[in-house]
Amino acid sequence: MIKFILKRLLELIPVLLISITIVFFMIRLAPGGPFTEEKSFSAEAIARLNEHYGLDKPILVQYGTYLGNLLKGDLGPSFQYPSRSVNEIIAETFPVSLELGALAMLFALIVGLLAGIVASLRPNTVQDHLPMGIAMTGICMPSFVLGPILILIFGLWFRWLNASGWETASDRILPVITLGSAYAAYISRLTRGSMLEVLPADYIRTARAKGLSEGKVIFKHALKNALLPVVSFLGPATAGIITGSFVVETIFNIPGMGRMFVLGAFNRDYTLILGLVVFFALLVVLFNALVDILLGLLNPKLRMDA
Amino acid sequence: MSSTEPKARKSSLWADSWKQLRKNRAAIAGLVILIILIAASAAAPLLTPYSYEEQNLALGPVRPSLDHWLGTDTLGRDLFTRLLYGGRTSFLVGICATVVSLLIGVPYGAISGYIGGRVDSVMMRIVDILYTMPFTILVIILMVVFGRNILLLFGAIGAIQWLVMARIIRGQVLALRQQAFVESAIAIGASRRRIIFTHIIPNVMGIIIVYTTLTIPHVMLMETFLSFLGLGIQPPMSSWGLLIKDGASVMESYPWLLISPALVFSLTLFSMNFLGDGLRDALDPRFSKGRS
Repeated sequence: MIKFILKRLLELIPVLLISITIVFFMIRLAPGGPFTEEKSFSAEAIARLNEHYGLDKPILVQYGTYLGNLLKGDLGPSFQYPSRSVNEIIAETFPVSLELGALAMLFALIVGLLAGIVASLRPNTVQDHLPMGIAMTGICMPSFVLGPILILIFGLWFRWLNASGWETASDRILPVITLGSAYAAYISRLTRGSMLEVLPADYIRTARAKGLSEGKVIFKHALKNALLPVVSFLGPATAGIITGSFVVETIFNIPGMGRMFVLGAFNRDYTLILGLVVFFALLVVLFNALVDILLGLLNPKLRMDA
Repeated sequence: MSSTEPKARKSSLWADSWKQLRKNRAAIAGLVILIILIAASAAAPLLTPYSYEEQNLALGPVRPSLDHWLGTDTLGRDLFTRLLYGGRTSFLVGICATVVSLLIGVPYGAISGYIGGRVDSVMMRIVDILYTMPFTILVIILMVVFGRNILLLFGAIGAIQWLVMARIIRGQVLALRQQAFVESAIAIGASRRRIIFTHIIPNVMGIIIVYTTLTIPHVMLMETFLSFLGLGIQPPMSSWGLLIKDGASVMESYPWLLISPALVFSLTLFSMNFLGDGLRDALDPRFSKGRS
């Protein structure tokens, strides 16, 4: 098992390196430097700025310097906010995004698992069709459709909740639903599908024959085995929640990393984008590996294949 | 469609699948709605007297009326017209990027599955590694760095989606390789290339169709997502993502500018997903009758 975990963690290095390299060269080889659009700057000033940020050196040297600094955990300065480093910006915005993402994931898991279980118990009845119909709606309502509509209804028409912001606890409700609902929908469909496969199995009949309560049969015996596809979905779901946060943080004006990334993209703040991408890539890749390891723990067969 | 039944008539597989699909009311409803939406988008210039980019600042935003069925936006442009032209962009991106993903994914998966052995494990390892990369983020960067070029958008999205296609095709080909008709083809001395492209790929056509209908909404979602962030299609061109973005920015005063694009886009995704699910039930042998 330790060998399996080590192997998964070692595989992270090439993936991260490839991502960083692609993004680095894409950004540096792009037409126009970060300061070319500042019309007020003289050619001299731009040359001095380029020298200050090391942009006058050959690109491979810049790449080497960047990787070297990266190993020390230094993501460099931001072009747009000269007084702040990318590390500071991440330290400031990450907790906000983490809270939003974690709450959304929690919402997705609780709602998705419950709806999936409920639907699987009486397949092809109202108890199945209703939650699955809602789930289909959830999948077909992407965050950038759902978010504005929720704001319109609950923020502007009924005025129950704030239309944007991230101050009070009730400010969390709409963004979390917006970000989490599509994942709740996917999880409910996955849960229903795998529960339907597990429920007719012999060991479930045995558990029932032993006289266990229905709750114990479902949660202790059936759900444990039905969880595998849900766990493997958590990897892609994390990546999706990160990209989803770009939209949700922009819509609700939440001061997190996602909004920072979108702003950086518009301002062509290359060091900030690069730093954030490195951080996002690390998160996604690390989470994928964690999910793999978790699957290995749950299902010994997968360890053998690896 | 049962796999044990011998396929006596050549068309029986497709006829059976069509019969099964026709019984699925949600899928047929989806198909009909999609045909209407695609036809309306394609025929946009015939259906509306207005231009999608011509502004009428004197008119400004008006509520839905007989002249302007869905109202006009803040620049006085007819929303119904913009919606139709937006449909053109969204469907075009969806279909083109999906074709790109097919052109890469199908041969890749088929070759990997057919040759097998070391080649297969190396090719699939590459797919696994690429799969874990944060691609949406890379596409955003691509759009930022190289300008918001629509052709680039097709290519970039297609280049991500082929990974799933390659995996699915490979699995199917792996199973088909053992079958008698492939062995016969090898026995009569057909070349590898011929076996892959004329014997194996036609047999995975069903799966290709199913995953194509499931990929198109994914791609359209991505285009809309990028346009919503302002990183995809640029005005005065129209796209559903742009319309939703513009609608959301003025929804307090002019809610109709948000509601109709949001509804049309969701309806499209609904139809495509129902059709895709229905096709999967009808065509994919791994999903037998009655399961969804």
